[in-house]
Amino acid sequence: MKLFPNLILSGTLLAVALGAPIQPAQADPARDAIIAQFKAQAGVSSFSAARGKKFFHAKHAGGKPETPSCTTCHTNDPRNFGKTRVGKVIDPMAVSRNPQRFTDPKKVAKWFRRNCKTVLGRECTAQEKGDILTYLSSI
Amino acid sequence: MRRHIITTILALAAVGTMAMQPAQAASKSPGTMFAEECSACHMAFDPGFLPKRSWRAIMGNLSNHFGEDASLDDQTRNAIERYLLSNAADANGRNPYWLRRIPTSQTPLRITELPWFTNEHGARARAWAKSNPKIGSISNCQGCHRGAARGVFDDD
Repeated sequence: MKLFPNLILSGTLLAVALGAPIQPAQADPARDAIIAQFKAQAGVSSFSAARGKKFFHAKHAGGKPETPSCTTCHTNDPRNFGKTRVGKVIDPMAVSRNPQRFTDPKKVAKWFRRNCKTVLGRECTAQEKGDILTYLSSI
Repeated sequence: MRRHIITTILALAAVGTMAMQPAQAASKSPGTMFAEECSACHMAFDPGFLPKRSWRAIMGNLSNHFGEDASLDDQTRNAIERYLLSNAADANGRNPYWLRRIPTSQTPLRITELPWFTNEHGARARAWAKSNPKIGSISNCQGCHRGAARGVFDDD
């Protein structure tokens, strides 16, 4: 009988330990830090999901004609799986479907650099990046 | 008492495993970097498909990688290039028969344009791959060779 409270305590510890990686999609400190950095770079206090949505779905000029929009590879719904131009499947961009999204600053920097050049023919601004991440975190 | 100790050890082990994860991610081997970065867009082609001079040329022009921007940070790029060079077709003094057919003055960039490849995959195979939406391109090895990513191509 004396063991019981200890067993319960250990069980709770185990449950906490195993349950810890599962967090609500919106509450990742790494992602918050990335967005905070974009805010500092852009000199703004908030981003707009609506503006990010417009940018994500817009047809841009200046990049490669084969890839005029984010949606060319990521589809019209970022909650869907996308496809690279050689047919490789891309995991969903929406944080609700893919909680790993935008938690690795190096990965975020790499893909914005590459894809903004491909789609727009230039780097994206911190404002644009922040708006896009805010949009993709909101759906 | 023994059960209590065992459960506590289990709980501590679980916490310990979690704490170890970031440390593992920080020290990736060049082979892992090669696999992860290259296969983000396409199957990571075996380094043995091309000679060293080809990999040097490809890794030296990642911002225009067959028309795509595949640029990497210098540290990752360098590590992957070292991995490719040390596993290239002509690494360690190797000189396979198919490579001897390519003049050293030539630097092939596309595996799909190597003589042995075009012999094995003629115009009809190319057209068929392109027209089939599930394959899309002759460079999509896995479209037909299910074991391609593991280096298994003997299924045709």
